[in-house]
Amino acid sequence: MIYKVISKEEFSRFVDALIRENCSYGPREVDTDRHGNPVYQFRRVHSADEVAFDYTATHSSAKHLMLPYREELSRFRFSEGDWEQDIEYRVKPRLLVGLRPCDISALNILDDVLLNGKFPSPYYLAQRKNTFIIGMDHLPLPDCFCQSLNHHTVTKGFNLFCSDIGDSYYLSVNSSKALTYLKNFAIGDPTHEDDCRLIERRKLIKQSFQTEVEVTGLPSFLDIEFDSPIWQKWGDKCLNCGTCAMVCPTCYCYDTSERIDTDLEGASRQKQLYSCNLVDFAEVAGGHNFRPGNGDRLKYRYYHHYRGFAENANQQICVGCNRCGRACLADINPKDVINDLRMEKESCMICVSPSPPRT
Amino acid sequence: MQHLGFSTNKLKIGSFDFTCCEGCQLQLANKEETLPEFLDLLDIRNFREISSERFDDYDIALVEGSISRSDEVERLQAIRKQAKILIAYGSCACFGGVNSLKNHFPPDECVHEVYGDSPVETLPVRRISDVVKVDFSIPGCPVSKDEVERIVVSIATGAMISLPKYPVCVECKQQLNTCLFDLGEVCLGPITRAGCNAVCTTGKTACLGCRGPAEDINYRSFRELVKEHGLSLDEMEEKLRFYNCFEEFRDDES
Repeated sequence: MIYKVISKEEFSRFVDALIRENCSYGPREVDTDRHGNPVYQFRRVHSADEVAFDYTATHSSAKHLMLPYREELSRFRFSEGDWEQDIEYRVKPRLLVGLRPCDISALNILDDVLLNGKFPSPYYLAQRKNTFIIGMDHLPLPDCFCQSLNHHTVTKGFNLFCSDIGDSYYLSVNSSKALTYLKNFAIGDPTHEDDCRLIERRKLIKQSFQTEVEVTGLPSFLDIEFDSPIWQKWGDKCLNCGTCAMVCPTCYCYDTSERIDTDLEGASRQKQLYSCNLVDFAEVAGGHNFRPGNGDRLKYRYYHHYRGFAENANQQICVGCNRCGRACLADINPKDVINDLRMEKESCMICVSPSPPRT
Repeated sequence: MQHLGFSTNKLKIGSFDFTCCEGCQLQLANKEETLPEFLDLLDIRNFREISSERFDDYDIALVEGSISRSDEVERLQAIRKQAKILIAYGSCACFGGVNSLKNHFPPDECVHEVYGDSPVETLPVRRISDVVKVDFSIPGCPVSKDEVERIVVSIATGAMISLPKYPVCVECKQQLNTCLFDLGEVCLGPITRAGCNAVCTTGKTACLGCRGPAEDINYRSFRELVKEHGLSLDEMEEKLRFYNCFEEFRDDES
């Protein structure tokens, strides 16, 4: 990693030049909610003026730029009793500006699952490798809990990361491409004072967290609590609407389907991001459903996120952005569900009050 | 002729309208980019918006509209007798649709309001499945041509026919829309069957549930969240009533 410092004015010029020259995405203000607060989303931007650099949080993550919600995996052409398959995953280079550390961590987790496993996804690889990422730090929102999962800082997975040290940004340069671009702009080496300001900034971020979720030992808690009535309690609230998985930066589960063209001469195989909360997620041939209950489906989402699955080395995949918690209309959020689960177990262990009866 | 293991004989199809606006039939004549291919799959025997020829030897009957007159009952029964497959399409055929609002008022009052001093015979509005057996339903006001095309291709190729089981929220989030509850509106997206690509909410109009309930919806939780967001239960009831798609759930709680 190479460290540089750039004034905020010069940074604006740098980013503006990159945005104008590339297909670019960044946080944009798209609406005002009923309480008068701005709503942000990662959308296409055409100049630095369109980027809301001081955004709080986007309602959806930037996941869709790497894992599109819907994607054609391949096309088939039929002719003379035979067929041909075309697979296309070319992606034009693009710029993604303004990602927070938790969102970059989310991409690193997706890398683990989709690139570093036994069957790397060429579709994801094409999107990921062709995206130039500029990250930016921020002061946590009241409900951010990325620190609990150690995702409030990030050291890889980006080309350039900017820490706000007052009049300028302290740049962590993580790619030769980024350094090459920066050389056309007025950058300097960090002074001792800049280093101190960076340490102060990090300290301030660390001290600003208001929400903590205790995740130590959570995987074994979850194993022990497999039959807990708490899953049903939260499942009873769950709308099975899949919103949590759609806005989540790491939910990657999907469904595939094939569709024959209207002219019957070809077909397409499509992929759609799915959610384990959706009613037919575990439905198989013959209409049998392995997880017919809301509570079961909700439980598996928490298992995937906080206990991990074998395919990603049993790592927790939640980064603590709380987008699911904010978006859930039924007010289900990780902090409350996990605390509920811990309360049950801990109260049981110290024999203050009995656990709720098992069903 | 066989192609890919299925017969390429054209589907002998008829399309019929009952109490409705014929908007769904119009949808079938829409979407020009695939219209020639779509019509190529079909041997249109009876479809007044597409052809003036009328024959009664169809195998598949597409039925639009709800039933609100006694002569409609007879006509529908004759169609059922002829068709090997009867598909109800559109919210009126599947649920009664907007026409069902009439059922909430005294019949005489309705007739007088619309026809003044020239009354007509009318019955309470019924869905197609209240009168004859329906083999498959394609909901929507209007239906999505893309979905109809997919289903017709499935019939032609002998593939399984299905509708999405999850609610509109999935498709709405995929469009990166701002949740209408965040904008202070009651939206039926969380309980309505997807498949419309969230066309209304993408246009910032609340979902009125024209596609009917998604599978295994959590109505109780939905009702709670409307209250907890400080929104009007009356507004919710009005929206639930609009297409008559949520009758079974409304009765549970109110």
